[in-house]
Amino acid sequence: MKIHEYQARQLLADAGIPVPQGAMVETVEAAVAETKRILASGQALVVIKAQVHAGGRGKAGFVKLVKTAEEAETAARFMLTNRMVSPQTPPEGLKVTRLLVAAGVDIAREIYVAILVDRERRTNTLIASKEGGVEIETVAAKNPAAILKEPLDPIRGLEAWQARKMAFALGLDGKLNAQAVDLFLKLAKLFKESDASLVEINPLVVTPPTDEHPEGRVLAIDAKFNFDDNALFRQKKVSAMFDPTEENAAELEANRFGLSYVALNGNIGCLVNGAGLAMSTMDIIKLHGGEPANFLDVGGSASEEAVTQAFRIILSDAAVKGILVNIFGGIMQCDKIARAIVGSAKTVGFKVPLVVRLEGTNVGEARAILDAARRDIPGMQTATDLTDAAKKVCAAVA
Amino acid sequence: MSILVDGNTKVLCQGITGSAGAFHTKGCLDYGTKMVGGVTPGKGGQKDANGLPIFDTVADAVKATGARATMIFVPPPFAADSILEAAAAGIEVVCAITEGIPVQDMVRTRAALRDFPKTTLIGPNCPGVITPGWRVSGEGPTAKFAGGCKIGIMPGYIHTHRKDASTGKAVGIISRSGTLTYEAVWQTSQRGIGQSTCVGIGGDPVRGFGFIDALQLFNNDPDTDGVIMIGEIGGNDETLAGDWIKANMRKPVVAFIAGRTAPPGKRMGHAGAIIGGADDTAQAKIESLRRNGIAVADSPADLGSSMMKALSLTGQPVGAR
Repeated sequence: MKIHEYQARQLLADAGIPVPQGAMVETVEAAVAETKRILASGQALVVIKAQVHAGGRGKAGFVKLVKTAEEAETAARFMLTNRMVSPQTPPEGLKVTRLLVAAGVDIAREIYVAILVDRERRTNTLIASKEGGVEIETVAAKNPAAILKEPLDPIRGLEAWQARKMAFALGLDGKLNAQAVDLFLKLAKLFKESDASLVEINPLVVTPPTDEHPEGRVLAIDAKFNFDDNALFRQKKVSAMFDPTEENAAELEANRFGLSYVALNGNIGCLVNGAGLAMSTMDIIKLHGGEPANFLDVGGSASEEAVTQAFRIILSDAAVKGILVNIFGGIMQCDKIARAIVGSAKTVGFKVPLVVRLEGTNVGEARAILDAARRDIPGMQTATDLTDAAKKVCAAVA
Repeated sequence: MSILVDGNTKVLCQGITGSAGAFHTKGCLDYGTKMVGGVTPGKGGQKDANGLPIFDTVADAVKATGARATMIFVPPPFAADSILEAAAAGIEVVCAITEGIPVQDMVRTRAALRDFPKTTLIGPNCPGVITPGWRVSGEGPTAKFAGGCKIGIMPGYIHTHRKDASTGKAVGIISRSGTLTYEAVWQTSQRGIGQSTCVGIGGDPVRGFGFIDALQLFNNDPDTDGVIMIGEIGGNDETLAGDWIKANMRKPVVAFIAGRTAPPGKRMGHAGAIIGGADDTAQAKIESLRRNGIAVADSPADLGSSMMKALSLTGQPVGAR
């Protein structure tokens, strides 16, 4: 699960990690009021940022630095009335309903900091780079040695000496070192306690010296969190941050029925049991020249109702010109699927060709059920194996 | 011979009174597995529908039955604790079938398992492990088998013991995906190739037993003639396994990687099946395996035929048994 930047800032602030002052607003008026409040506190710059999960905001004009209330009004109005289009959004763009208005910060240095689950080491790892403000993938490609890693002990977590070592390696000496150590330790604690799978502060900035902070301050400017979906049952605060408007409606609907669905761009709908087989079904469609319209795993013990719902969701995608059903019945009984197909033909209706490949438990009964229903489902073909199924469905939509 | 488990392995079920635990305990018993009891805290002293004794703790169950393996159907919030309870009770093969265990629980559990070197954790989020028995009567789903050990949720009847395999060969199968394992089993059985042991290592990002662990055991198992390895997007286990195979494996290996068409950044059903960067795509893994000289099937329909080729066997599918 992902959250918005303003929510990430809130989690950091609650954990005692310093962030610039600011607030989330939903109207132009509130954006202006917050800007005035920040300017009145002595700040010279205010940043206004559209709150959407997709990246590419800056280039799209949805991150703006402003110096006056009038500029804030123009920027906020633009963001709240135009759809944001970037390489990471759908072509029609995204509607923006929330803005983050925050104090602009003078920057002496930008640093990258993240904690993630390192699958190979099977533990959480603190990652940092002196090259903040750019994407870590870019750094990894150009200068992998610039990426510093410190694995966290799976049980003890991040220890102070590790945080210190990392801060020194980043060139944070003197009082800045203590600030960074405090921040890294708090971040590691937050990561673990919130069941995050990724937290990224990019950039973490060092501000220039001021009278109040002669050595500068370490501040988290932009933060991104991903959370482990499996742990949301025990993360009430995080779960409450879920924004359904950021998700694909069909994917959410599928989840309600225990189905795992991912929308894709092709025209062949897939209904499969098991995640690995569902992915492979997409692959074999592509291999035979077709394009899959979706990933759909009905699970090992789906009810007839869930299967019917799965057909409904697949067919709700107007691009779908054919459907491939691929079931290897282990625990799932093929006759149950066959009954669901016959039932769905009545309740949902198949206006597109349907190719069915069933194998495994109770396949004999299943084939008999489908044979008996052939007249009612004229667009249905049965396949003898995976390759036959893929060829038939690709031919049917060609 | 086989790896991990055989017809003599005594097996427990943790979570035996839940619907999934009860259903699959019966399935394992029907296959011929030596199921010896179950664990549900608070129900110790009772019997399950099959007459198996239920215990409050794994330690009690081990003491009374001599079990050395367990399958866990405990719900996700408590499953990691059940894994460690089994390890502490001296269980050698722990199959965690449960899907949905938090990753941080598995990070902690993996580390804690270092204190129990005799325990092998398989899973979580996996179909389990099976060493097929030989067929004694019947056909299809109602066939009866002897001498095998099925621990988990896979359909037993699609598997073939070497004795029943027309080619006289048997292969090991190791996979991150349940139904894709069944597909590999089905395709090999259809071609008269048996299976020595099939292990589902699970679809989670942090898990126990891995590809290299299995390859090592299969390499040393005289009853395994070759190995089918089925991976998917996410992580780099397949790439590491490929390097290991090139350096150490004395038997033919056929691989398949699912998810060539999966979009980046999207979780494809399994918690661990997500493309995070350029190195954990299906294409990158396939290329790395091929660079190591390993046969990678382009199509999931070619698992059986690729294995035939790798074992230098010829012929057509023998048809359904």
